[in-house]
Amino acid sequence: MKNKTLFPFLFLLCALLSFAPSRVAAAGGKPVIVGSKKFTESVVLGEIVKGVTQAAGVPAIHKRQFGGTRIIWRALKEGDIDAYVDYTGTLYHEDFAGQHITTMEGLRKKLSTYGVSMAPPLGFQNNYAIAMDPRRAKKLGIRTISDLRRHPELKLGFPSEFLNRKDGWPGMRAAYALPQTPVNIDQDLAYRGLVHGSVDAVVAYTTDAEIDYYHLALLKDDLHYFPIYKGVILYRTDLEKRAPAAVRNYKRLAGRIDTAAMAAMNRAVKIDRRSESAVAAGFLKKTFGMEVAARRKSWWTAFWRYTFAHLLLVLVSLSAAIAVSVPAGILAARHGRLGQVILGAAGVLQTMPSLALFVFMIPLFGIGRAPAIAALFLYSLLPIVRNTYAGLTGIPDGVLESAEALGLPERAKLWRIKLPMAAPTILAGIKTAAVINVGTATLAALIGAGGYGEPILAGIRLDDIGLIMTGAVPAAGMALLMQYGFELVETACVSKGLRLQRTG
Amino acid sequence: MKQAHANIFSLLNVSKRFGDKTVLKDFTLDILKDRTTVLLGPSGCGKSTILRLCLGLTAPTQGRVLFEGAPIAPGKGDAIRRKMGYVIQDGGLFPHMTARENVCIMARYLKWPREKMAARLDELREMTNFPQDGLSSYPAQLSGGQQQRVALMRALMLDPDVLLMDEPLGALDSIIRHRLQNDLKDIFSRLRKTVVMVTHDIGEAGFFGDKVVLMRGGAIEQAGRFADLVHKPANGFVREYIAAQRGVADVLENAG
Repeated sequence: MKNKTLFPFLFLLCALLSFAPSRVAAAGGKPVIVGSKKFTESVVLGEIVKGVTQAAGVPAIHKRQFGGTRIIWRALKEGDIDAYVDYTGTLYHEDFAGQHITTMEGLRKKLSTYGVSMAPPLGFQNNYAIAMDPRRAKKLGIRTISDLRRHPELKLGFPSEFLNRKDGWPGMRAAYALPQTPVNIDQDLAYRGLVHGSVDAVVAYTTDAEIDYYHLALLKDDLHYFPIYKGVILYRTDLEKRAPAAVRNYKRLAGRIDTAAMAAMNRAVKIDRRSESAVAAGFLKKTFGMEVAARRKSWWTAFWRYTFAHLLLVLVSLSAAIAVSVPAGILAARHGRLGQVILGAAGVLQTMPSLALFVFMIPLFGIGRAPAIAALFLYSLLPIVRNTYAGLTGIPDGVLESAEALGLPERAKLWRIKLPMAAPTILAGIKTAAVINVGTATLAALIGAGGYGEPILAGIRLDDIGLIMTGAVPAAGMALLMQYGFELVETACVSKGLRLQRTG
Repeated sequence: MKQAHANIFSLLNVSKRFGDKTVLKDFTLDILKDRTTVLLGPSGCGKSTILRLCLGLTAPTQGRVLFEGAPIAPGKGDAIRRKMGYVIQDGGLFPHMTARENVCIMARYLKWPREKMAARLDELREMTNFPQDGLSSYPAQLSGGQQQRVALMRALMLDPDVLLMDEPLGALDSIIRHRLQNDLKDIFSRLRKTVVMVTHDIGEAGFFGDKVVLMRGGAIEQAGRFADLVHKPANGFVREYIAAQRGVADVLENAG
């Protein structure tokens, strides 16, 4: 029974891991939590907001790279974050679509019903534009979006958010009567696709660094379809009491970042490879003379932070999944009909796209680690339940009958015969769950839970393969280690008799 | 003497149905204490079901099964089963346990002292002609005949009153089968226990049975001494069943 010593150890490890981060939060009062979406401009603006908050003497944390508009808006609404920069166009046409809000005043009123306030616009506009290779556009005689109508053969590559937003492709296609069916391409990969010729036109933002860098041609929005996107700081109204100095600084930023300045900062990060915090610190120094310490963490510090966060997600969710699904599998194997219900339920969870499962957890658990752990937990159930069920129901009738005929009570039969015989199958299920879990946990960064997904997201955003590898390689390594670890557990826990039987 | 020949099991008007399939029909049989009763018949005649009814592994659809004069009550099965030993065709050994662990599982569960367990194991090992070094082997490392010896030791560990055996030699090749057959007979006569054995093999029935019960389709065709079945068959089926297998039985005899 060597496995008995293993579980307390795992439990202890989980307990230690879950205590560690609370230390940080406990120091120096409740910090202001700034959020950002998963594109460079948003991260830079997040650093700027964090900078001016700190300059006001208020501790601040920047949670980077949330997975989408709805996720970050919900996080603000629920109070999981205190501030982030959004765009007026997004608020009109996405968050409050169909509510006929057309003025800044209307927007302010609407936001106040959620306990959210809006600082005056920062100055720049980050509007949608359609970008093409200038030579190709010239050759085809395309200067306006209307001109696209004459070229149904052109391949348009848009990110899924643009494809789905009401102010994105659906409205644009209707307004311009466009015949093309666009392909889904990540925004961060779109420019490379354009340069390599795999797509003919992509959606660009007017502050994008790449427009200037690649000398792209922007097609004229001749029907004035695209709305205006002004950057605005949204913050929880209670900050006016909690951190009035910080809010004053948010208002001081009004009109101080014009489109050219924003594009230049984007370029500094994406093309010149400077860190977002350094660029933000440079801006604040130049504009306000504020001295903000740029985040300067060593590669190792960052690596350990990712590893710690990732391991925490995996270990907690996997331990919980084992604790729930092994008994569920036992129950399923014992009661035929209930068994089908349990297996069916676990199966449905597994068919859900993993990112969707993460997002579904947000209303229940907020953002950060809790919903990520919940999603990973649900995702790990099926392999373990199914294998426990299969392992137990696969035991030959003769063996079970012999055990019963010996007069071994049900409990003893379970612990001495059934579970040891099903152990290899159960462990195989846990191994599968662990490997899936480690991989899926990279998505947790999208809902603010950190982990190896963080450098992967940043790497995609910055077109930096090295950064992607910083997340992808350790994630793969962790999956392999998990697999190896469970093989050791198998050697220790599974009877030699069963291994002989399998090979014999 | 009356006590010695009392019935250990009585099946009274027992019917057993699985779904719409009737396995036993209004079946009545007494099983004598301290004797070897062989249940003989073609596969599917219900003979294994009788063993399972005696063990309380399954309950009769109608009728009663008595053990030592009392009905086998559901829920009290474990205590009764410890008075019985059960051996099935392929041994039913626990593959994750060594031979020793298999044999001692119940003794260990009942927290026997070490010395008592070791002594009993030694006694059984000698009785069944099982090699000492085989005790640390897993079932997968043992031959079919050795596995059956382990199964027999396991069944006998708690010194049960009854030994129930379902085709214990059925899966073995003929030489091993013959050797184990002789050992078994030896053990039965030494132990003087009640044995109920299920087989479809005439030779085995004749070799072991004090009483042979020939069954077909869930009912008894003839019950009595083996010689009576051979020489005074009750009907055409009995005559035909025995004639069809006599040849095989003779060959078996000669092979010894």
